[in-house]
Amino acid sequence: MKATRLNLAPWLFLAPFLGIFCLFTVWPLLRSFILALQQTYGPGTTEWVGLHNFRYLLTDPLFWTAAANTGRFTLGSLFVQLPIALGLALLLNRPGLRGRGFFRLTFFAPSLVGLPFVAMLFAPILEKRTGLINATLHRLFPIWDPEFAWMQEYVMSSLILAALWMYAGFNMVYFLAALQNVSKDLIEAAEIDGANAWQRFRHVTLPEIAPIAGFVTLLSVIGSFQMFELSYILLNNTAGPENRGLTIMMYLYQSGFVVGDLGYASAIGWVLALTLMGIALFQRWAARRYEER
Amino acid sequence: MPAKRLLSFLLHALLFFFAALTLIPFVYMLCGALKSKFDFAATVFLPAGDGWFGIGWDRLTLENFTRLFTDLGLPRALHNSLLLASVSSILTVLCCAMGGYALAKHKFRGQNLVMGVVLAALIIPGPLLLAPSFQLLYKLDLLDTYTGLLLPGLAPAFGVFLFRQSMINSVPNELLEAARMDGAGEFRIFFELVLPIIRPMLGAFLMISFMGMWNNFIGPQIILQSPELHPLSVALNNLKGIYGTDYGLIMAGTLVSIAPVMCLFLLLQKEFISGLTSGAVKG
Repeated sequence: MKATRLNLAPWLFLAPFLGIFCLFTVWPLLRSFILALQQTYGPGTTEWVGLHNFRYLLTDPLFWTAAANTGRFTLGSLFVQLPIALGLALLLNRPGLRGRGFFRLTFFAPSLVGLPFVAMLFAPILEKRTGLINATLHRLFPIWDPEFAWMQEYVMSSLILAALWMYAGFNMVYFLAALQNVSKDLIEAAEIDGANAWQRFRHVTLPEIAPIAGFVTLLSVIGSFQMFELSYILLNNTAGPENRGLTIMMYLYQSGFVVGDLGYASAIGWVLALTLMGIALFQRWAARRYEER
Repeated sequence: MPAKRLLSFLLHALLFFFAALTLIPFVYMLCGALKSKFDFAATVFLPAGDGWFGIGWDRLTLENFTRLFTDLGLPRALHNSLLLASVSSILTVLCCAMGGYALAKHKFRGQNLVMGVVLAALIIPGPLLLAPSFQLLYKLDLLDTYTGLLLPGLAPAFGVFLFRQSMINSVPNELLEAARMDGAGEFRIFFELVLPIIRPMLGAFLMISFMGMWNNFIGPQIILQSPELHPLSVALNNLKGIYGTDYGLIMAGTLVSIAPVMCLFLLLQKEFISGLTSGAVKG
């Protein structure tokens, strides 16, 4: 009696999760293999095309435009946003700082806004002439051209800027948590040994926060690769002039849900997924090598 | 030491500068929401006039909000967003906490298999499932329904994983054994003993799920066709398509859309930040 109750209970607890998980994660995952080998006209009619989707993808100029744009956005996130996030965390971690709670909350606040609403907020900010950025820059530096076309010529820079505003504080929270775990004794010992601020950061702090830095980098890459809402909404539901705002995710959306070819969308999904899995494996490999060193 | 004083002053000045940069878009949105279409194009923040601080306070207007709430159907979208986000977050938390509890505090045949599947599912990127899920919802005749939008998101693998990790050490086995000896049923143990212990985690994950659905755009954009079902994200984007240059109106709508999440965050703040970082630091 008791034995059966104890054995049944975990399955009862797992039942809602497992049921929904199998139906809406495992099953679609299996279907996506098949779907990627088909062409569909809307969700109802399918036609078997074999590996044609993947062959077409390799020579599809739009896909490569999307991949290049996504790569540019990801690099911008990595090399602009993460150093700033780490810098803010280092500033906030200094002993004797007043108002730490206020600053932390302030920097974190934009990440609560949510991508679609960040895009709506940045639409007027990036506007020509009347927009906040151009109007301010023109007033501060009269040489600045108020007609500077953020959302026409410099789409990816604009998106990197919006993402920077939104996520810098979010990533800062992770860095700050890591910095607070760095042993104070270790830093003091280095200070006594005569290490200057840079040497202490380079040889004591950085190795200590490396695991979390790697984790944050991976999360940023994964998030940036799936970027959709920012450019889609900021560009009024288009890919922008000359597809400058087209991302892989937007191309997947357009192929699957505007054109109606779910098969091609699945093929794009697989290329995206395999790329991300490759990056994740590489990150784990690099992290392990770093730890063994 | 004056050098140290100067350094401290510079540090605070730098932080205030960055804080100002972070807050300016919020101020810009608030000002924009209170301006007429003409003033929005004419001034960056508040319109000039002869009131206090040389600002034309009398030119500010609530008209953007009135229009949104009377003619443009924003109450409907707000109601939809609140409904979708509350229902999905509560059910997701329940589903994941129960699953995580079984994996953390029970021993059963097939446990390793389930755990392996959960871990493997962590690396599946969402976009991969977009097209096949859409086809599945079409076949189940769930397109353009809330069931179709809510159901696929109720069982995220990372939720189960998070709850398992947080329960494994924080819920003492002796306590569960003692309760079982006293004859408490498994479900009573879960709801009255386990859930109160992991309250910070519940709060954090509730917040994450609520925000996930509230800020979800691609899901409702694909699944919901009827305008009366649209949540704020999609409804507001459609308004932006029609009244594209009426930025005052869009700013007012954006303000209404982010205010509830901000309020919820201030309520759950402590739990949220500790829950957000605890998994990362230990992992």
